[in-house]
Amino acid sequence: MGHAAIIAGQAFNGVSVASILLLTALGLALSFGVMNVINMAHGEMLMVGGYLAYVASRIAHGPMAFLLALLLSFLGATLLGALLELTVIQRLYGRPLDTLLATWGVSLILQQGARSLFGAIGVEVVAPRWLNGSFAVHSGAFAGLSLPYVRIFIVALTAVVLVSLMLFIARTRWGLYLRAVHQDREMAQALGVNTRWVDLAVFAVGTGVAGLAGAALALIAPVTPTVGQNYVVYAFLVVIVGGMGSLLGTALAALSIGLITAGAQMFTSVSLADVLLLVLVIVFIQFRPQGIVFKRSRVMKEA
Amino acid sequence: MLSVEGVSADYGKSRVLESIDLTIDPGESVTLLGRNGVGKTTLLRTIVGLHPAAAGKIAFAGENVTRSPAYLRARKGIGYVPQGRGIFPHLTVSENLRLGAAAARQGPIPDHVYDLFPVLSRLSQRKGGVLSGGEQQQLAIARAMVSQPRLLILDEPTEGIQPSIVQQIEETLREIRGRLKVAILLVEQYLDFAWSIADRFYVMRRGRIVEQGSPRDSDPTGIHHLLGV
Repeated sequence: MGHAAIIAGQAFNGVSVASILLLTALGLALSFGVMNVINMAHGEMLMVGGYLAYVASRIAHGPMAFLLALLLSFLGATLLGALLELTVIQRLYGRPLDTLLATWGVSLILQQGARSLFGAIGVEVVAPRWLNGSFAVHSGAFAGLSLPYVRIFIVALTAVVLVSLMLFIARTRWGLYLRAVHQDREMAQALGVNTRWVDLAVFAVGTGVAGLAGAALALIAPVTPTVGQNYVVYAFLVVIVGGMGSLLGTALAALSIGLITAGAQMFTSVSLADVLLLVLVIVFIQFRPQGIVFKRSRVMKEA
Repeated sequence: MLSVEGVSADYGKSRVLESIDLTIDPGESVTLLGRNGVGKTTLLRTIVGLHPAAAGKIAFAGENVTRSPAYLRARKGIGYVPQGRGIFPHLTVSENLRLGAAAARQGPIPDHVYDLFPVLSRLSQRKGGVLSGGEQQQLAIARAMVSQPRLLILDEPTEGIQPSIVQQIEETLREIRGRLKVAILLVEQYLDFAWSIADRFYVMRRGRIVEQGSPRDSDPTGIHHLLGV
């Protein structure tokens, strides 16, 4: 296996990790950008999505069962997100610190709930047969390179979700309402936009996509009660680097962070790679505190 | 059609509106006068639903809307053109106008809106943020008219706008009042214009209504005195 193949293989790993990061971070970016809410329980939505995929894979069998699992993860996490918005977040608008604390509490409850239901040891989702195997290169500069179908599927799933969200925001009436609320909440309201619904929908869709991330993750790693914590920290980094509230920036940031982590892990240990990543992020924020892509909005000015 | 009874409002712990009474009949044009900082904008925001009333009652079209959120009041037929115009900077002119339809939940932008301000049809694909102040103001008024409101509330629509456009805005407001029969509540520093379009006026001072009447039976110089101009 040549150098080119090793580097390409590792880069591809980075991209597939970036995909899961991106799916997790999209919801954070949306809810922060539009509602100015930081949801500490966001990682647990990923965890819930993972367990739902596991449950679905135990109940349903057959080649299409995994697609059902994806759907269940998305819908389950969406509903849970809607419930969280209605019971907790909605009552704490304009109180960011209280929101942090309350959602952190929710995350602990969800983690313990998962521990009680499924135990502390991770569960796994067996990938469907059509995702077994890998795309292998046998000759040329990349001879020896092998890309698992599972990871290709995750990257493709992420691309589909990202493009659909962007089209939704750019083309539909609800997307227009969302952009209006993002830019000037009061004016949107005075024009007749039901901002309550927009907030609820944004939040619930964001958690639903995190649920999808959990289902995707379950294909390549065990789902544990604390799996969300591992990813949500990186997802927060992605949102900060990407520029809050910008989907394109979030995508670019997720890609950079995934690639940097994967690249650093070639030369050093996982923990040292994390240190390196944090240092790079801190340096980046020094020079560009507004993130990769930044749009001025009233919400931001007040924040 | 609009009745404000004994409405008070606070900013933090300080009271900025003190038992305001104000009414507007259908199709009537009312102007609200007063120096800077007497609470005119807060009163408009309280009527629109962007600022909570601490006491009193606001009724619109026979319904008590004191506790209704702003979007429901917009849907009942209150159009709002705020101070600073409230244009969405990253949305195009036509997207800004489509948001005006959010109150009416209707599809396309009615033609009469472009008739009011022909310049907007030429600008429809430009971003709101790159328009001049005058263009933004015309867009803000047009946007409020998309949903065909019964009451149009304007907060200093001629502030910081070049004179040629001011004249155009004045003519359009006359048309909105005269031909479209929309009631108007106007806050305006430019007294001659406010005077010429109003059926009635209110004067505010330190959060209270201190004077009211009709321009026909009042002497503008007395009002000038009250305003301190």
